[in-house]
Amino acid sequence: MKFTLSWLKSHLDTSASLDEILYALTDLGLEVEEVQNPEETLGRFTIGLITAAEKHPDADKLRVCTVQTDEGERQIICGAPNARAGIRVVVAKPGDYVPGIDTTIQVGKIRGIESQGMMCSGRELEVSDDHEGIIELPEDAQVGQRYIDYAGLNDPMVYIKVTPNRPDALGVRGIARDLAARGLGTLKPLEVVPVPGAFPCPVSVTLAPEVADTACPHFVGRVIRGVTNGPSPDWLQRRLIAIGLRPISALVDITNLFTFDLNRPLHVFDAGKVQGGLVVRSALEGESLLALDGKTYALRPGMTVIADDAGVESLGGVMGGEASGCSEATTEVFLEAAFFDPILTATTGRALRINSDARYRFERGIDPAFTADGIELATRMILDLCGGEASDVVVAGAAPDTTRAYRLDPARVVSLVGMDIPEAEQRATLEALGFTLEGDMATPPSWRPDVLGQADLIEEVARIASLTKLVGKPLLRGDAGVPGTILTPMQVRERAARRMLAALGYNECVTYSFIDRASAELFGGGEEAARIENPISSEMTHMRPDLLPGLLAAAARNQARGFADLALFEVGPAFHGGEPGEQHLQAAGLLIGASAPRDTFASRRPVDIYDAKADAEAVLSAIGAPAKVQITRKGPGWGHPGRSGAMALGPKVLCAFGEVHPKVLRAMDVKGPAVAFTLFLEAAPFPKAKTPTRPALVLSDLQSVDRDFAFVVDAGVEALTLVNAAAGADKALIESVRVFDQFAGEKAEAQMGAGKKSLAITVRLQPQARTLTEEEIAAVSAKIIEKVAKATGGSLRG
Amino acid sequence: MDGLDALKRKYLEGVAAAGDEAALEDLRLAALGKKGEISLKMRELGQMTPEQRQTTGAALNLLKDEIDAALRGKKAALSDAALDERLRAEWLDVTLPGRPRRMGTIHPVSQVTEEVTAIFADMGFAVAEGPQIESDWFNFDALNIPPEHPARQEHDTFFMARGAGDNRPPHVLRTHTSPVQIRAMAAQGAPIRVIAPGRVYRMDMDQTHTPMFHQVEGLAIDRDISMANLKWVLEEFCRTYFEVPEVELRFRASHFPFTEPSAEVDIRCSWEGGQLKIGQGDSWMEILGSGMVHPKVLSAAGVDPAEWQGFAFGMGIDRIAMLKYGIPDLRAFFESDLRWLRHYGFSALDMPSVFGGLSR
Repeated sequence: MKFTLSWLKSHLDTSASLDEILYALTDLGLEVEEVQNPEETLGRFTIGLITAAEKHPDADKLRVCTVQTDEGERQIICGAPNARAGIRVVVAKPGDYVPGIDTTIQVGKIRGIESQGMMCSGRELEVSDDHEGIIELPEDAQVGQRYIDYAGLNDPMVYIKVTPNRPDALGVRGIARDLAARGLGTLKPLEVVPVPGAFPCPVSVTLAPEVADTACPHFVGRVIRGVTNGPSPDWLQRRLIAIGLRPISALVDITNLFTFDLNRPLHVFDAGKVQGGLVVRSALEGESLLALDGKTYALRPGMTVIADDAGVESLGGVMGGEASGCSEATTEVFLEAAFFDPILTATTGRALRINSDARYRFERGIDPAFTADGIELATRMILDLCGGEASDVVVAGAAPDTTRAYRLDPARVVSLVGMDIPEAEQRATLEALGFTLEGDMATPPSWRPDVLGQADLIEEVARIASLTKLVGKPLLRGDAGVPGTILTPMQVRERAARRMLAALGYNECVTYSFIDRASAELFGGGEEAARIENPISSEMTHMRPDLLPGLLAAAARNQARGFADLALFEVGPAFHGGEPGEQHLQAAGLLIGASAPRDTFASRRPVDIYDAKADAEAVLSAIGAPAKVQITRKGPGWGHPGRSGAMALGPKVLCAFGEVHPKVLRAMDVKGPAVAFTLFLEAAPFPKAKTPTRPALVLSDLQSVDRDFAFVVDAGVEALTLVNAAAGADKALIESVRVFDQFAGEKAEAQMGAGKKSLAITVRLQPQARTLTEEEIAAVSAKIIEKVAKATGGSLRG
Repeated sequence: MDGLDALKRKYLEGVAAAGDEAALEDLRLAALGKKGEISLKMRELGQMTPEQRQTTGAALNLLKDEIDAALRGKKAALSDAALDERLRAEWLDVTLPGRPRRMGTIHPVSQVTEEVTAIFADMGFAVAEGPQIESDWFNFDALNIPPEHPARQEHDTFFMARGAGDNRPPHVLRTHTSPVQIRAMAAQGAPIRVIAPGRVYRMDMDQTHTPMFHQVEGLAIDRDISMANLKWVLEEFCRTYFEVPEVELRFRASHFPFTEPSAEVDIRCSWEGGQLKIGQGDSWMEILGSGMVHPKVLSAAGVDPAEWQGFAFGMGIDRIAMLKYGIPDLRAFFESDLRWLRHYGFSALDMPSVFGGLSR
């Protein structure tokens, strides 16, 4: 919402300075977004008189002018075609900044002759588009006078942000009322003197039953005949230009003025073009309207239109029609003021994508009680500016009664706001804002549709009293002493996973929750339920089923920048449906390229699934998942079929890990090798024990014995089968079994036969009662060899 | 006795001159071995008178100890010299880099979320969570934003697709963390103090907007909580978060459908030399929106507004991260540029706490 200081002062009698007004506006909740003070840009330019203009000796198009200014005579070189002796001009002197050319004027020589300033065009001063020549002022312009004062431009424009609850502040008068309530002056009275009708209104108005209740309960109008619709007067044009509107004609400018001045949108029909009476009704299927913006809109039932015998002439509360619009030829005008329902206006405007000043106001709610006054005030202005005579007012329906009252509880105001505002001040504030108080009941004024309860009264009182004055008051913790645990176990788990992954050397990413459909499908998502109806780009159409596609896309971007080795992770939500709650917490890690940079130790090798697996296990351990999980080959859909797996507890998958399928890498434009894991943080059960006490540490004084075994097995035998078999040989004696070597591939097959490999394990025996004899060790060893042979078909390597 | 002096001189000189362990062993055998000169002299003691035996025996024992000590000392010296020689040969280039260690990083959003949590936890706020795909009731209606309210249009909402025949209003990607207020109050009732950090979504993408960003909601409901309490809590938060001795906040009346009265909160700051300094200077910067929870919101969450009252606020996590750590561009938060992650990221061990400091 824009207005100028002088415009504001037409409603507010105040001696407050601009700065005081700006401060108060923002503090009142009418946040000042921008101030354009012409004083700052135009204040230095003064009026001069060219007393002589000679052709420049060395340039045909330049003139050497002698100009009388407030600082005496100056010599100014000018190239404008209209620069000549006797005209009054606007002078920029050395040191003055000229906004239109973004230049500070200096004394300089032009083709050898000194120029001590500049005479400006309208465009150079940014006061008009005119750049044909320099500004020529009439005879009454005094030499030395400031141009800004002479031209009446010394009027700061203020742009405020109006929150959606304050339709009253979409009129300058409403803003003035707030400032008056704050104590920055007094609101000038708005006198409404009805204009008597000189003849019966020749245009009838009917409200169709479907609109009479809600859509348009009140419609008033009258004809004014014999008008002259020329340009509006300077003061009116200046106001409109100042707020960014283009003056069109007196009639249109008056309707615009009422929109911004009193938040009372009006419409003017060229009565000569209206055929028969006007009916306010719902649009019919198939109807359309060529609107004032030059576009044709297809209308739908439910949209409120104003129609005559020829069809739809106007879209109620949104925009008028071209056919019955006023032009300079208009001599007979039908002036309309009506109340259109906020919700229906918003719906219509949104459906047709029309953003008009009228819609903006009707959908927020104009003053329903001001319709009749509005038309009287507008009539008077039309008669003043355009002449003519007015008919009787034709009225259809009646102003909707919005009267309601809420109890003002001064104690509650103090309790809720925490500021000591005396009751008398509270009442005075509400009255200044137009509320009517009877006892402790406050009736909001008709222009405040947003006041719908006691809380709104409190807000008004607090707002006017100024929240800036609020002094903080401690809110201590309810429980004295050391505070208890704040985070839930799952919140602790999420943090542990994140910190562990960073500790393992991964860089945390935060990627978008929505990804493109193809990527989502690669990771088991992309279903209709997870689709966003109105995505912002084709790359962000589906909720992510997994965090890895986001990390792979990040990897591709980093690879494009020359980073080949990456360790990225993310902890966050993934989505397995489109309903609230169909999300789960994942921690995903992605390793790409080599394990380390090239170095003198030959550390560098391609990453493989055992890197991913070890890191995933470290995270599972960090979040307190059970130590023993099943490792299965049921790898994820994104995994290499031979090189991926899962960690599970029965049916619960805690982790999917593996090498990323080459097709996925190709689709996502990532250069491998790439290994990854996704941890399902909520799937791991929490430890059952609720005590911090650890089980007692049992240590044996007896020396443990390590024995190594190498087995020749089929290449397809999994290490875990062998380890489990060995461990089962003597559960009491065998403390641990660990694979320490694998010999596989061509060389191994050459030695041990086709399709064979060797796996070597080390077994630790921990005696409990007494030191083991060689015989006992031999017996366990034999049992281990037997068990392994039975489970794997393998034999001890010779 | 002269003979003993001569022996002493001979062997001590011999030890001093010995060049290796073998020469020392030869000397030891010659002096102290079974047939060594000292040993032989010991044997002669038996033939002496008791008086002679006493003086000569003592002198011989002294000499034996002296030679023995000299032998040992020299042996140690020789072995040290040999070790020194070996170690000199075992030279390594200490300027070569150590074995590579990958250093991970924590994203600023996670770090700042933990900072915020640490501060509010100290003031008794728990952490509440809610779904990011929300029903329009939780995201709007329950927060006093009815379907046709202009505020709803200003939210730039993402809607989820609706299958054919599903006539429910479409779910939305939550446009703010405020629906968590409703869920937390509905689940827990009053009194309650929670914050709710998390992702939120708006259809906006330009220089300063991303379609996803992070907010933290705050909610405190009790019997007599006032807006003055809200101001104190936010002052405490800002002072601690920005790690400055003092902050000054300015409450400015505003409007949010879910609070009444509502206030936007500005913080005093300075932009001198392009550098943001919180708590000093003549500028004000808006940092969050807040207010007293609207009675309709309390009712929607099943809390009786006649009995309970309190405040709520919401601020941008990404934004306060940018302000505190001087991060210039919001969009870069979600681009995962490794250089950015390393530069603005935090170490795994930088765990913010009120007692140990929020940042290093």
